[in-house]
Amino acid sequence: MGGPLSPAEERYTMAYSEKVIEHYEKPRNVGTFGTQKEIKERADIGVGLVGAPECGDVMQLQIKVNDDTGLIEDAKFKCFGCGSAIASSSLATEWLKGRTLDEGMEIKNTEIVEELSLPPVKIHCSVLAEDAIKSAIADYKQKNT
Amino acid sequence: MSSKEHPKLPIYLDHAATTPCDPRVVEDMLPYFTEKFGNPGSRNHSFGWAAEDGVTTARQQVASLIGADAKEIIFTSGSTESNNLAIKGAANMYAKNPAGSKHRGHIISVIHEHKAVLDPCKRLEKEGFDVTLLEPPADGVVTRELIESALRADTILVTVMWANNEIGTINEIPEIGDLCHSKGIIFHTDATQWVGKMPTNVKTDNVDLLSLSGHKIYGPKGVGALYVRRRRPRVRLIALQEGGGQERGFRSGTLNVSGIVGLGKACELCQQEMDTDCQRLATLRDKLESTLTNALDVVQINGHRDKRLAHLTNISFGFVEGESLMMALKEIAMSSGSACTSASLEPSYVLKALGVGDDLAHSSLRISMGRWTTQAEIDYAGEKIIEAVTKLRELSPLFDMHNEGIDITKIEWAAH
Repeated sequence: MGGPLSPAEERYTMAYSEKVIEHYEKPRNVGTFGTQKEIKERADIGVGLVGAPECGDVMQLQIKVNDDTGLIEDAKFKCFGCGSAIASSSLATEWLKGRTLDEGMEIKNTEIVEELSLPPVKIHCSVLAEDAIKSAIADYKQKNT
Repeated sequence: MSSKEHPKLPIYLDHAATTPCDPRVVEDMLPYFTEKFGNPGSRNHSFGWAAEDGVTTARQQVASLIGADAKEIIFTSGSTESNNLAIKGAANMYAKNPAGSKHRGHIISVIHEHKAVLDPCKRLEKEGFDVTLLEPPADGVVTRELIESALRADTILVTVMWANNEIGTINEIPEIGDLCHSKGIIFHTDATQWVGKMPTNVKTDNVDLLSLSGHKIYGPKGVGALYVRRRRPRVRLIALQEGGGQERGFRSGTLNVSGIVGLGKACELCQQEMDTDCQRLATLRDKLESTLTNALDVVQINGHRDKRLAHLTNISFGFVEGESLMMALKEIAMSSGSACTSASLEPSYVLKALGVGDDLAHSSLRISMGRWTTQAEIDYAGEKIIEAVTKLRELSPLFDMHNEGIDITKIEWAAH
């Protein structure tokens, strides 16, 4: 570290902020609460699977909800995508833990953009993360109505 | 010394993008910036003559590498210019109808050509020419039969690259050239990735127009050449750039003497070292491919397995995305077919053209080695790629689905 950045280094750090690199290198809450089949049968788990392989991004977000408190107790993710997509979904799991479903619904992609300093070409990664959150919560609600 | 010795980082494995200048090339160029700075167009003093001598030598060196006559070499700023001059110049010269009319003649090319060929073709289409862009077969090799299937009575030009820049596949150039000659059609090849790597003889390979570039063959950037056949047939072109009438009127503009001298020397060195380079790099490439395919499943080598350049491999790693893969390998300079690196959100149009699934096209690396690539570098790269793919697959929902026996192509994904 130290010293001014070369234009090339600057470009690199513009595409990947320190926070993106940090999440990419040490992603939080990676994993699943079981196989696809097991998850489908568990009422305490909501799953969001968004994106498409041909677009180069697929996010899978799983939330585990405590039926008594209504709080999201735990969250896990897996992601096929660029570093910013991985960081966005990793961040989403951090933010979801301890929130109510309604509070979870309030997470906006713009907050993810801000927190990770995503450049314009990577905004779609944050949109996808918001979609994953909403879709996981919707899945939980659907299982519990 | 152990074979596991850490190579110097970062490692450059993107020689299909550009190569470092060979120090011997730089050495030959240097005098032409200072004491031999003359304009080769200055015919009446020794400064001009010294510059002209340098250009003459270079012209012979380039011609010799491709089996041409020195008079058939036109110096340009690189392959993009050579392609533009060849394609637009020939189309306009051999047009069946004058500018402003329709059906001015038929041009054939292939969809996995470089943009520097496709875009001039598209320009000509707007200017009244008919253009057919053929789809290559899954192995990427363009055959005589494929071109023959598209021929029309009014076909005036066929342009097919010699070797593909993304996957390294080698097209049937001598055979396509023979077909074109039998029909009196002008045949151009963009040989940017081929020349200097593989033996070339424009006469016996039946090529009329050939583009080459300095910086892909350990020469300087900003210089290249176009071979224009002078006998059987004598090929004529309408110049794009007008002015002082240099390069026999094909390309006006004061010659880039130092660059041309460098290109010449680079060609000479390639001619001398091509065989040993090629054999050595093929061994390294094969070893890298077997290391990767042995260690990882769902790895696909793109393009024909034998008909391809020795120093290049294009590999798709299922269930991981190319940009995140490159991020894990930032000490190794490579290219990715992934969307994000190319600023557009489309995966490689070349891989798509070969019918590589979008998911695999997003997961591809192009690794291209060069004159100074070492065994230690390739061993290190192999090790790091395996580590990175393994790590990213642990993160990948698609890899989980694969392991659970779910076919990801059968899922209804919501495209975004």
